[in-house]
Amino acid sequence: MADASAWIRESDIGFETNEPDGFALEEALRLKEKHGGEVVAISMGPERAKQVIKEALAKGAERGIHVADNEFYKLDPLTSARSLAAAIEKENFDLILTGLQSEDQGFGQTGVLLAELLGRPHATIIMAIEVADGRMKLKRELEAGWFQWVELPLPAVITIQSGINKPRYATLKGIMAAKKKQIATIDRGTLGVADAGTQRVERIYVPQKTKKTEFISGTAKEAAAKLIEKLRHEARVL
Amino acid sequence: MKILLIAEQRDAKWNKISFETLAAAQQIAGVEKAALSCAVVGQGVAGLADELAGYQLDEVLRVEHDLLEQYTPDAYSIALRQVIESAKPDLVLLPHTYQVRDFAPKLAASMGKGMIGDCVGYRYENGKLIFVRQMFQGRTAADVVFTGEPPWVATFQAGAFRADLAAKHASGKAAVKPVSVELKPEQIRTKPLELFREAKQAVDLTQAPILVSVGRGIKAPENIPMAEKLAKLMGGEISASRPICDEGWLPMDRQIGSSGQTVVPKLYLALGISGAIQHVVGMKGSRTIAAINKDANAPIFEVADYGIVGDLFEVVPAMIEELEKARS
Repeated sequence: MADASAWIRESDIGFETNEPDGFALEEALRLKEKHGGEVVAISMGPERAKQVIKEALAKGAERGIHVADNEFYKLDPLTSARSLAAAIEKENFDLILTGLQSEDQGFGQTGVLLAELLGRPHATIIMAIEVADGRMKLKRELEAGWFQWVELPLPAVITIQSGINKPRYATLKGIMAAKKKQIATIDRGTLGVADAGTQRVERIYVPQKTKKTEFISGTAKEAAAKLIEKLRHEARVL
Repeated sequence: MKILLIAEQRDAKWNKISFETLAAAQQIAGVEKAALSCAVVGQGVAGLADELAGYQLDEVLRVEHDLLEQYTPDAYSIALRQVIESAKPDLVLLPHTYQVRDFAPKLAASMGKGMIGDCVGYRYENGKLIFVRQMFQGRTAADVVFTGEPPWVATFQAGAFRADLAAKHASGKAAVKPVSVELKPEQIRTKPLELFREAKQAVDLTQAPILVSVGRGIKAPENIPMAEKLAKLMGGEISASRPICDEGWLPMDRQIGSSGQTVVPKLYLALGISGAIQHVVGMKGSRTIAAINKDANAPIFEVADYGIVGDLFEVVPAMIEELEKARS
């Protein structure tokens, strides 16, 4: 935790591409390979967010847009989405893909909000995409093993369920090619997006345990024997 | 203060998480001395509205329209915005279902408002309502407060509250008020097609007394048989967290969690499962939970009765040996 306790101490951890977004990128690349067009990777955050864009370029995206903001973590979901919408509005993308949610803040709202702000239809938690004649047929995952097919006209926004595909690795050739690709940097402050001010994170902390865990120590062999003993005679479940 | 709860149904069947959120809404309404209304949205939902009226509520809003018979994010957002603008609640609560994730942020944004989603609880500090949600995959909790003008929209995660604590109406029944909304077919851009389930479930994990469940920590498909052997020796079944099924290392019908099955076995042994919330909601009701994980800070230990911080590739073979020894 950082001293102010509303965010983590960033020097303590490493950063990588949000895993759910990796599935969305892969899906975008596959659609391009099948139907033609261009894939543009966009990310918002401090300088390090460029690394995520570079990785996307190495995997096959054509160009990148970096919305620069060192204090992006202070933004509420609506302000984040308004900023991204302002940055891409003029691009008129046919299809915008996002991952299901981020692994840090986990708001899970960006895709749906972008659709509303850009006036596009949307569908979420997508497990399959078929495109024909300017419409998409999408397989949405519902709960408890249910699915539903829905049809959407393009342009649209969709959020991708993790596990829809097997994301590719960047090849050496891809990494070399990426060096020549363009990343446009837009300072978030120049977008003219005011803070929506809907909510504020007051503090973050290690959650209180709901159960008291009995930790079993010793070598692997000792711990294994003790656990089985406890499951048999204390919990009586074996 | 006025609170509006939006309950979820499909084909005139409840999404039962609605009643967990009802319990939360009643508790908050009690503290705030707030009026509590509950809306049910769809077509042909009179029976459901009547059932809701049996709960401790000031009013049930029956929101019906032909274009609400099948869920679409457009129709739900447009209709519920009209409901909110006429009922004027300060706080709108919803269960954090897949459907709510699909439309609630849009509904809030269409009014220029924000949503605090996927909350696991709430509490009061100096009279201020604080919502608690998880960040970093459950490794941290966050206190979040609304800062703008109402209406405020918040959603509660499955399992955050107990549905059986939803209070019945103290004196008869709440009034059911039909609410008409204006919707036109051309406003709805999504075309919902058929609902279906994938291949019939081959195993019913909900009936297994013991589950040995594997997560990413199992590392490779060739390590699955080791866990299967342990499950067999314990008299249980093997199950998994989502990434394992996504990889195809075990079939989808072995998946535990929000997108898989919800189980309450007498013993749940988690091997190399970090305990992301999507998994934990499917197993946290188990009678006894044991977890083996390399990371002492893994959230799975939040719900475990017994924990071993260690290498599962050393502990599991030792457990197998111990159980085989007892047999011979």
